[in-house]
Amino acid sequence: MASVTLDAVRKVYPGGTEAVTPTTLTIRDGEFLVLVGPSGCGKSTLLRMIAGLEDITEGELRIGDRIVNDVDPADRDIAMVFQNYALYPHMTVRRNIGYGLRNRGASAGEIARKVDEAAAMLNLRDYLDRKPSQLSGGQRQRIAMGRAIVRDPALFLFDEPLSNLDAKLRGQMRIEIRALQRRLGTTSIYVTHDQVEAMTMADRIVVLNGGRVEQVGTPAEIYHAPASTFVASFMGAPPMNLLTGRFESGAIRLDHGPALRAAPGGRSGPITIGIRPEDVRLGEGDHVFDVDLVEELGAHRLLHGRLGDQHFTAHVLKDMPVREGRQPIALPDAALALFDAQSGQRL
Amino acid sequence: MADMTHDTLAAAGPARPARRRLRLSTIGDHAILIAGALLMVAPLLMLVQMSTVPDAEIMRTGPSLAIGDRLWPNVRAALTESMSFSGRNTGLAMFRNSMILGLGFAVGKIVVAMMAAYAIVYFRLRFATLAFWAIFTTLLLPLEVRIVPSYEITQRLGLLNTWTGLIVPLIASATATFFFRQFFMSVPEELVEAARIDGAGPVKFFVDILVPLSRTMIAAMFIIMFVYGWNQYLWPTMIVTEDDRITLVQGIKQITQGLEGGQIPEYGRSNILAILAVLPPVLVVLFFQRWFVKGLTETDK
Amino acid sequence: MKRAAFDQKWFPVLLLLPQLSIICLFFYWPAWQALRSSFYLEDPFGFGSTFVGFENYLRLFRSGEYMQTAWFTLVFSLSVTFLSLAIALLLAVKADGVLRGAKTYRTLLMWVYAVAPPVAGFLALILFNQRWGPLTEFFRAFGWDFRIRLDYFDTAFAMIAVSVWKQIPVNFIFFLSGLQSIPKAVREAALIDNRSAVSRFWTVTFPLLAPTGFFLLIINITYSLFDTFGTIDTILRNNPGDQPITLTYQVYLDGFRGQDIGGSSAQSVVLMVVVLALTIVQFRMVERRIHYT
Repeated sequence: MASVTLDAVRKVYPGGTEAVTPTTLTIRDGEFLVLVGPSGCGKSTLLRMIAGLEDITEGELRIGDRIVNDVDPADRDIAMVFQNYALYPHMTVRRNIGYGLRNRGASAGEIARKVDEAAAMLNLRDYLDRKPSQLSGGQRQRIAMGRAIVRDPALFLFDEPLSNLDAKLRGQMRIEIRALQRRLGTTSIYVTHDQVEAMTMADRIVVLNGGRVEQVGTPAEIYHAPASTFVASFMGAPPMNLLTGRFESGAIRLDHGPALRAAPGGRSGPITIGIRPEDVRLGEGDHVFDVDLVEELGAHRLLHGRLGDQHFTAHVLKDMPVREGRQPIALPDAALALFDAQSGQRL
Repeated sequence: MADMTHDTLAAAGPARPARRRLRLSTIGDHAILIAGALLMVAPLLMLVQMSTVPDAEIMRTGPSLAIGDRLWPNVRAALTESMSFSGRNTGLAMFRNSMILGLGFAVGKIVVAMMAAYAIVYFRLRFATLAFWAIFTTLLLPLEVRIVPSYEITQRLGLLNTWTGLIVPLIASATATFFFRQFFMSVPEELVEAARIDGAGPVKFFVDILVPLSRTMIAAMFIIMFVYGWNQYLWPTMIVTEDDRITLVQGIKQITQGLEGGQIPEYGRSNILAILAVLPPVLVVLFFQRWFVKGLTETDK
Repeated sequence: MKRAAFDQKWFPVLLLLPQLSIICLFFYWPAWQALRSSFYLEDPFGFGSTFVGFENYLRLFRSGEYMQTAWFTLVFSLSVTFLSLAIALLLAVKADGVLRGAKTYRTLLMWVYAVAPPVAGFLALILFNQRWGPLTEFFRAFGWDFRIRLDYFDTAFAMIAVSVWKQIPVNFIFFLSGLQSIPKAVREAALIDNRSAVSRFWTVTFPLLAPTGFFLLIINITYSLFDTFGTIDTILRNNPGDQPITLTYQVYLDGFRGQDIGGSSAQSVVLMVVVLALTIVQFRMVERRIHYT
């Protein structure tokens, strides 16, 4: 068990590209932290720096109380689950799981006991003497997990571990990993580009973009109070509606639309207005939503169309009668998020 | 309904001769392949046939379809009798020498190549690019174009008539290194990362993971290198002058010179030696056909 | 190099040491020696050498013997390359086409790969034996009095014949693997688009095999230049007389037997230039091949 502290950690590649800008972050003991962002946002680099697979250009990294900048990956007391599992194809499941223990000089009896324990926990008992190539994707995923938990490390690192699985298995493994982590209580850092994984699994989420931290917070905070238009559009499916508007004579007004509400202070100029599709109220209010497509999703429906001349999506539950064409909608004041039109930062 | 029947008939009409033509062309294909196979195999069968009949009969008729009973006496003579007066280059001795050359070359080349490729692919080396080019330039020029100076250097080092002098200079080309480099590059990145986290250092990673992973590649490489080493002719001819180091392939020359002698040429015995010279590499190639083909077509690309 | 390479400083140097020392000793040093001595005239009794500039090269190109060898080498290489490629391509296409016995044919057609070149020469001596060689008798039936090792043309013919025989398997293996790597969908599309098998071969299969063919072209020329030494030496019984020889054989004769180090080195350098040119062409082809796929 350990906390992890990043103090102005920065990564610059030899070519001069800055993959991670100075980042300060503390991962609490026992916490499940998810690093999420689009590809190239620096999330994997950050994880690999924590693992010791990538040098830290500047800053300080502590696992527990120990500064580990120059510690070999094998000595950081970590375990890692890779995207393609990185199982040793020529070793049996048993040897795959036990390999790390063997290298640490554990006795044969101890290895056997721990491998057995891990296998029982992951339902791998019947497959211990097979080779990874004889097993399914989900089972391989479990072997990779087994290899991580058998060492009982201070820190688990996950690098997009579910992205090679099909949708159904992904959902199942999501729950398994989270339940396992709860049970073991091991501090975990999990990298993904899938915002659903981030939302469902995390205690806290770190949203990264272009090597910078956009926001750190619980899934609820990230969802309901996005710190920037980037976070607002990256988290949530469908994403938050982002509309252009203006401060005008003490009110906020959509471009080509009616006033929304009174503006705080004496501001003026352009602004970005965000609203989650499920916060829209259909059949009332003074905005006109021109629906061109209704997407049927069973439990709910998505209505796509335009508000004024801007793309807009609304989310309605299944009992609500819907139709295509022009209809009135209301955008409740309380649900509106206001962002600076230039910087995208929340106001 | 009527139209449909009509269509079916119309379609069946031209289809029938087409099928027959197909069958004819298949027979043609097989004929060509059988002719090709005969072309490749017949010379070897001829050698075998000649070694079953008395030499005097060969002097009269040459190769024929007759199978005689001289095979075993010829085999015994080939294996145990010497080609020259020294008495040290019997078939068995030459066979042993060929084995040493083939195995020594294959093992030496693979070991040296794997080590070098490992260093190039898996380590941060300051002069990596230089080493890479220095090694891979050797792919450009075969031993034959620098044969005379190579001989002089080997002579100056006092390595004439030694196994070292015979084998090591042949290793000075990077074909296998290049091949192993290609293979190591294709091994997933995460494997070495997982191994590092699992506490494996460079030696352990190499022995526990990389070498077992390369098994098939090593096998393929071994077959090709063994055949290459066994079949060497020019270099051994220059380096080895003493009878007790002569290989079978080198011995072919002595065999042909023997056939020129005054008495009845010993075709039976000579042919057995020639067969002995091709048998091990041929068996290796046939036995490990899949690995061999894979190795050949992937290395040379 | 891998992303997560190891950091050790001296261990990789240790790993590279055998390879580097072998190539320095037996590649760079001799290659340099060849280049250097090609500009010197060595005293035949070993009393030093004198710098003569391009004299050795000029001597070569003025020598009728050398030019004849060069011509023969060219004819020999082209004949061996063309014939073995053509026969191998025909066999590969047929072996790829048949359903039954494909494996057996493949085995029978490729084992000769492992036959040593001198053995091919040995076979030539038997097949073309003056008195009773089966092929001598065959040609005699057509009124051709075949005299191997006596007649320049007949010897050349025998050399080419067995060298082609020895080289068919390599070409066959590559062509077959090239054919098998043509995607099934492409063949099926061609089958639908084009009725004629012959036209299908020339318009679809052959262009797709062209990269393999280019690659094999270089391999075959290299083979004809260097690997046939054993075949030729065996046919000539180590005693060429006025019979045809290749450039590699000439290097061996002049440098090793004739002790003309300068001339032999100049010949080596000429061969090096030829091989380098071939390699550059090959790299160009490989580059181009990337565009094919």
